Amino acid sequence: MKYAYYPGCSLHSTGKEFDVSIRAVCDKLGVELVEIENWVCCGATMGHNLSRLLAASLPMTNLARLPEMGLDEVIVPCAECFSRFKAAQHSVKTDKKLRRDVVEVIHKDCNEDVGIIHPVTIFAEEPLASRIPGLVKRDLSGLKVACYYGCLLTRPPKITGFDVDGYPESMDRVLRAAGITTLEWSRKTVCCGGSLALSKPDIVVNLSHKIIEDAKSAGADAIAVACPMCHANLDARQDDMEKTFGVHPRMPIVYFTQLMGYSFGLSPEELLFDRHLTEVDSIFGLAR
Amino acid sequence: MTEEIITLKEKSFKLGEAVAAVSDIDVSFCYQCGKCSTGCPVAYAMDLTPTQLIHAMQLGLHDVVYKSNTMWLCVSCLTCSTRCPQDVDIPGAFDAVKILMERNKETPREPDVLAVTKSFAQNLRWFGRMYELGMVGVIKLRTRKFTQDLGMGMKMLKKNKFNLLPGFEGAWETRKIFRRVKKQEKA
Repeated sequence: MKYAYYPGCSLHSTGKEFDVSIRAVCDKLGVELVEIENWVCCGATMGHNLSRLLAASLPMTNLARLPEMGLDEVIVPCAECFSRFKAAQHSVKTDKKLRRDVVEVIHKDCNEDVGIIHPVTIFAEEPLASRIPGLVKRDLSGLKVACYYGCLLTRPPKITGFDVDGYPESMDRVLRAAGITTLEWSRKTVCCGGSLALSKPDIVVNLSHKIIEDAKSAGADAIAVACPMCHANLDARQDDMEKTFGVHPRMPIVYFTQLMGYSFGLSPEELLFDRHLTEVDSIFGLAR
Repeated sequence: MTEEIITLKEKSFKLGEAVAAVSDIDVSFCYQCGKCSTGCPVAYAMDLTPTQLIHAMQLGLHDVVYKSNTMWLCVSCLTCSTRCPQDVDIPGAFDAVKILMERNKETPREPDVLAVTKSFAQNLRWFGRMYELGMVGVIKLRTRKFTQDLGMGMKMLKKNKFNLLPGFEGAWETRKIFRRVKKQEKA
């Protein structure tokens, strides 16, 4: 299986552990990832705040490279990039004038029929889903994980086409296949505060704290995420949560692919578990 | 959140039409059921609920709309637009208001939010991909909040989270895209 791969800006910097662990897991599963050459930023939250044309053009210029690579599907792990790609594709499909404008801006034809795939989805579906149990090397059944999907993978469902809106289960299925216990809890898709992190940190601390507290009351040893923005908010804001609410949550926040890799027998160093701001060592103690 | 009686005497223009022109979104479909506001995670910090802001847009109360902090605090989590029975893209309409305000040189109620957006755009024009350390620096200069999140930033630096130097892959292409978008939108 061979896919084009769009890591996005965060996976090359603050979210490097997501990039490294996805590549490691795909290698084990026999999935070949070919990074799009000279890709540019998808525009993230900034693009659609400034101009609809800009927000559509940045993802479409990346997608326009796929034909020359001989591929028609791209894996986009960052939830924010995934959402922007899906939204751009939808807007050029439904708005003919916008499509014409985008073609003029990117100086390439619009390639709106490309498959935009999130890794959770392909791991949860055949043929990869049944390959996962055979790769398990570590018994992690004692580790209880709350899977946090956040906003941008799941919403709006008619555009992202990702799992069930409101109570998705694909990440749970993937981690369960890897022998990890996942929990039922109520804040799977409630917003962490997203891009307000840089301008309104108090709101982010408040919203992210509610998510961690809810996971904790469900009995979670860790929260698994699939978005570098969610990761930063839940992981790096725990000191601020202590300042605001009095108690340090000490909740390990990890990428779901790191947990898969750990279950497949890769070492914590290979999966860059040491890059998180909140200690995650408690996870290793639960492996048998 | 506040409730107040608004008289329809203020200078009004067809705000709904202006929004439709920049976003292709028709806010007139909203019948104020309020589902967007009950689901909004940030409604507690907004002066008008999302329903109220959309209503003000329908009525063309541009003063009320422009003075609100609601669209600046919207995180685009899309809970509201997913739940809307009338299929109104509420965060998209808020984006449109922000774009109109920028074009009309209106002052935002939450200048820091706009400062972050602008810093991000500047970053992309220069580097083509996000150079986070550079962006944080520019945000600090724009917002003048030098000590905010300093502790967290130092911890992230220690954990080697940031690339110290920017790359320039794709920078040239991005700059051209920005330039052509600007040209198209002026035409």
